[in-house]
Amino acid sequence: MIFGLTGSALVALGLYGLVTQPALLRKILAFNLLGGGVFLLFGVMARRGAVVDPVPQALVITGLVVAFAATALALVLVLRLFQITGAATIAEDEAPP
Amino acid sequence: MEATAGGFLLVLLVVVPVTGLLLGFALGGRAPERIALWLMPVGLAMALVLLAGVLHAKAPVVAFVGGWAPPLGLALRADGLAAAMLLTTALIIGAIAYFARADYRTPLHAPEARASLAFWCFLLALWAALNAAFLGGDLFNLFVALEMLTFGALALACLDGKATQFKAELRYLLFALIGSVLYLLGTALLYGAYGTLDILLLARAARADAATIVAASLMTVGLLGKMALFPLHLWLPAAHAGAPPAASALLSGLVVKASYVLLLRLWFWVMPAALLLAVAPILALLGAAAILFGSLVALRQARLKLLVAYSTVAQIGYLFLMFPLVAGSAGEIAERAWTGGALQAISHAFAKAAMFLAAGVIARAMGHDRIAELQGAARIAPLSVLAFGLAGLSLMGIPPSGGFTAKWLLLQAALDSGQWWWALVIVAGGLLTGGYVFRVLSAAMRARAAPIFPMVPVDLAQERVALGLAVISVLLGLLPLGAFGLVLIGR
Repeated sequence: MIFGLTGSALVALGLYGLVTQPALLRKILAFNLLGGGVFLLFGVMARRGAVVDPVPQALVITGLVVAFAATALALVLVLRLFQITGAATIAEDEAPP
Repeated sequence: MEATAGGFLLVLLVVVPVTGLLLGFALGGRAPERIALWLMPVGLAMALVLLAGVLHAKAPVVAFVGGWAPPLGLALRADGLAAAMLLTTALIIGAIAYFARADYRTPLHAPEARASLAFWCFLLALWAALNAAFLGGDLFNLFVALEMLTFGALALACLDGKATQFKAELRYLLFALIGSVLYLLGTALLYGAYGTLDILLLARAARADAATIVAASLMTVGLLGKMALFPLHLWLPAAHAGAPPAASALLSGLVVKASYVLLLRLWFWVMPAALLLAVAPILALLGAAAILFGSLVALRQARLKLLVAYSTVAQIGYLFLMFPLVAGSAGEIAERAWTGGALQAISHAFAKAAMFLAAGVIARAMGHDRIAELQGAARIAPLSVLAFGLAGLSLMGIPPSGGFTAKWLLLQAALDSGQWWWALVIVAGGLLTGGYVFRVLSAAMRARAAPIFPMVPVDLAQERVALGLAVISVLLGLLPLGAFGLVLIGR
């Protein structure tokens, strides 16, 4: 129960942060928060029967790898963007190329 | 469900590109380019053999990875739709590889360039991910395939390394990440409710209860975000138009189709029919809005590549019209709507890939892509303008073309099932498409007073690739209708 609620709270916080935060680094952190919440919910699903189901754990491990890769990719992009423009936001200020 | 003969082919279709990618990355230098170009015909042959196998057996080809049957193991399944999409993928990726040779060639004895290495490696990665996404028989497996697809597509789109590109692609990445997390949340709920994520096992067990409805909505919203269906299309135009031509063609032609096939599997295989009937009109309404909005905005674009990107927003909308037409009717009408939807996905893939490649050649030759100043483009890049026009015919739905057959089937299904309002949308969308294609062609065909020279020499091979893809999108309309019975196998 407590894990379920924590997981849901993390998902809500993460989604809120992802949508409202303008800074890209914060968006990426919020995405990780969101991912953590989802993985916790997978953990909750694993404990629902009499015996602990190992499949969700396997899924979470795969999910962690994917989330890690996504974070790394996003960080590299942000870093390059910062090196080029000196700002790390994608706010609407695009001049035509 | 048993594993069938020929299942090893499904495993090979994923393993071969991944092996090529790893070898190419390890060897470096000219190896990735050569491996990619050698593997393209191999992949095409595999897709053809698989297609023949599915046609011959009139049933899906199934493989259990490692011999483990679901629910514990993972299944790969190739039904008619998957086989058709695999062949489409093999053809378009092969064409794009050939097109990109001029841009990402590593000359003999030249030092290895980062852009070339990345392009060929990620092209193979994207191919593997697309194959995995069409073959996956398990919702979690499909999640992994979609993520691989996003990463590969993103890397290809950023190859030029311009700041505007990074901004556009980061926005794409954020949309895709939110989409995939919502999708993953949905799979968690489904697993909690049913204890399996295998599509066929879920289909047998699925009920229309609260948990399933929440899971299905989360997954659908996630996938719609990845597909950029109106109103979640905000990221698409900049991301698709800003990428290099080869990457734009891949993104618009193929990558969005993977989420589409997954959405079809979710709704037509897994979810109970009652739920589908309730959701289908909403999806189609969004599709109709996408058609009208996307076409109108495309009509007003000042730049060629953005026009093509907004045209993708509109053409994606057609794919969703099939939901209420298939769900709300039975027998032949439903089959017709299903075939129309699948054919729209395939013909749009060819036409849009051709259009983006042609637009890329034109933009490079002219030195800009402002539509109002395209006069003389037909003189310096005649084959590209021809390719753009032919692809435009298919998008408009002018006979004989693949787009015509697709839209005609949808139109007939709409009228026969008494849902005439969707027919109006189809016709209006076709007219608007005609408008923006004509705008480009009339500008490009106009003669210029002063003689005009290309900014960079036009590569004839690249023009021919664009033309070839456009011709295929037209020729699809000349195939007898019976040939499309393929996509009904295993529905």
